[in-house]
Amino acid sequence: MSDALTRPALIAGAPRRRRGARWADAAYRRALGALALLVFVVVALIVYETARGAAPSIRAFGWRFLVGTEWDPVADRYGALPYVFGTVVSSALAMLLALPLGLGTAIYLAELAPHRVDQVISFVVELLASIPSIVYGIWGLFVLAPFLRTFVEPWLIQHLGFLPLFQGFPFGIGMLNAGLVLAIMVVPTIASLSREILLATPPSLREAALALGATRAEAISVTVDAARPGILGAVILALGRAVGETMAVTMVIGNTNRISASLLAPGSTMASVIANEFTEATGALYLSALVEVALVLFVLTLVMNALARLLVLWATGGRSDAAGAA
Amino acid sequence: MPPVQPEPGQERVLRPLHTGRPALRRRVWEALFVGASGLSAFVVLVPLALIVWHLLARGLPALTLGFFVHLPKPVGEPGGGMANAIVGTFILVAIATAIAVPVGVGAGVWLAEFGRGRLAAAVRYTADVMSGVPSIVVGVAAYGLVVVPMGRFSALAGGVALALLMLPTIIRSTEEVVRLVPRSYREAALALGAPRWRATQDVVIPAASAGIVTACLLALARASGETAPLLFTALGNRFWSLRVDQPIASLPVFIYDYARAPYDDWNRQAWTGALVLLLLVTLLSALVRITTRRGPRL
Repeated sequence: MSDALTRPALIAGAPRRRRGARWADAAYRRALGALALLVFVVVALIVYETARGAAPSIRAFGWRFLVGTEWDPVADRYGALPYVFGTVVSSALAMLLALPLGLGTAIYLAELAPHRVDQVISFVVELLASIPSIVYGIWGLFVLAPFLRTFVEPWLIQHLGFLPLFQGFPFGIGMLNAGLVLAIMVVPTIASLSREILLATPPSLREAALALGATRAEAISVTVDAARPGILGAVILALGRAVGETMAVTMVIGNTNRISASLLAPGSTMASVIANEFTEATGALYLSALVEVALVLFVLTLVMNALARLLVLWATGGRSDAAGAA
Repeated sequence: MPPVQPEPGQERVLRPLHTGRPALRRRVWEALFVGASGLSAFVVLVPLALIVWHLLARGLPALTLGFFVHLPKPVGEPGGGMANAIVGTFILVAIATAIAVPVGVGAGVWLAEFGRGRLAAAVRYTADVMSGVPSIVVGVAAYGLVVVPMGRFSALAGGVALALLMLPTIIRSTEEVVRLVPRSYREAALALGAPRWRATQDVVIPAASAGIVTACLLALARASGETAPLLFTALGNRFWSLRVDQPIASLPVFIYDYARAPYDDWNRQAWTGALVLLLLVTLLSALVRITTRRGPRL
């Protein structure tokens, strides 16, 4: 709205507005504004509440909390490194699988597919994003795990067993399963956001490339180059989602607090240990340690999201709803 | 959000303009590139097909009327349903909606109608960042905010946790649909002598009401599938409970408990529960997407 609209009394011939109306306008605007400011209050409350809950654990362990490997409720000593490790490994594995697939899908939809195909596949990809994580979890536990146990993992052990990554026993559940389920869950985020970012690049880029005699692949690589910051933003958003994902991972990762080089071994993530142990945490310090895990997770995802949103906003010039959509 | 549509006549399908044939190496690379991206679009669809197939195959057999109207039975007794969990999910989502919709719609309307300047940009950015907070962290916060002061797990605590998750979606989608109301509506209202607040309240919001309802439904669909924030707020309950200050069952937590249990019968019911949940959530969001795609988006 321009100023002329918010001050209609300036329009020639318009009747002067009564003072009551002006007062009501201000009150209405303030009331709605107050609701909007509640967003800050809510975020502050989440920060305050997790920080307060984590305080006893922070006092007791300090920085050792992040590097300690011992998680012993009986002796009341807590170190979260195995969970940080599990989060990093499962998310990295997920991104490794999801990035090429998601980006390939985005390129196909934005640049190559006929309009109809683009519409249908985009719709399905968005449906994929709306499936509750518990459904992915039950599928990973009862379908993917037996499949990995009987077919994939024995093969990996037999043929790639010389690598530390693929040594051990085929459990079915473990890091590999968690990474696969996470990859399936974050591919829609990467695909739909990158697609929007590719569509937001100026068409002149690829037109120029084609005019110079480039093949489609070469023209697309020009576009992708231009879209790189935005795609990076989409990837970080997806990574944030993988890092914070709880239910599906809890169901398929095996829930042990050992650090193992093998992808076939069970493990835990920060989110999964909270889901598993929070209601059973009896001691005050035990509970506090779990809240500190939540605080670490919170800060981590907050930083990643803040960065990713900035990148996406910058790449789409603030026009796209992509930043708000995912 | 509905995907960006290319403008008519501005199709993005690429057609090379040159007439001469590029060198073999480039043609091979071209074929590989196009093939690989098409293949990845196909591969992405495979898990969806598999998940839907397995849900139907394993969930349908136990999907009887009894599943919707009976309470859970003790281990070993066949039958039983998830009536309390289904009702519990509706109660939790109703509490969350009652909290999140007034705040979220108000904030969204403010952003669209009055939201200029740094403060509005900060609200927008904070809402976006907030939508990336892991749901388990929101659960921990709701535990500290509601469960600890109340001294027990409760439906209210679960509702608060879900409301926190719904808020960012409602704010940003409401802003988007209110922005779509043509400027002429506001001008007409003001020209008739209406004060600014009446123009917003009685003209702009009603015009955007269908879109606002859609925005809220989208948030609601997502919240109804959430499990993590309910684990230690609403907890769960094997019996009928409609009370807001008591622990309450919910479909996602029920599926989680039943899937982890070492009983085949419970696992079967977990599959059925997952099928029901998926139908609930995807039907809601598919409905939203179809209604926003067809016809005017207002």
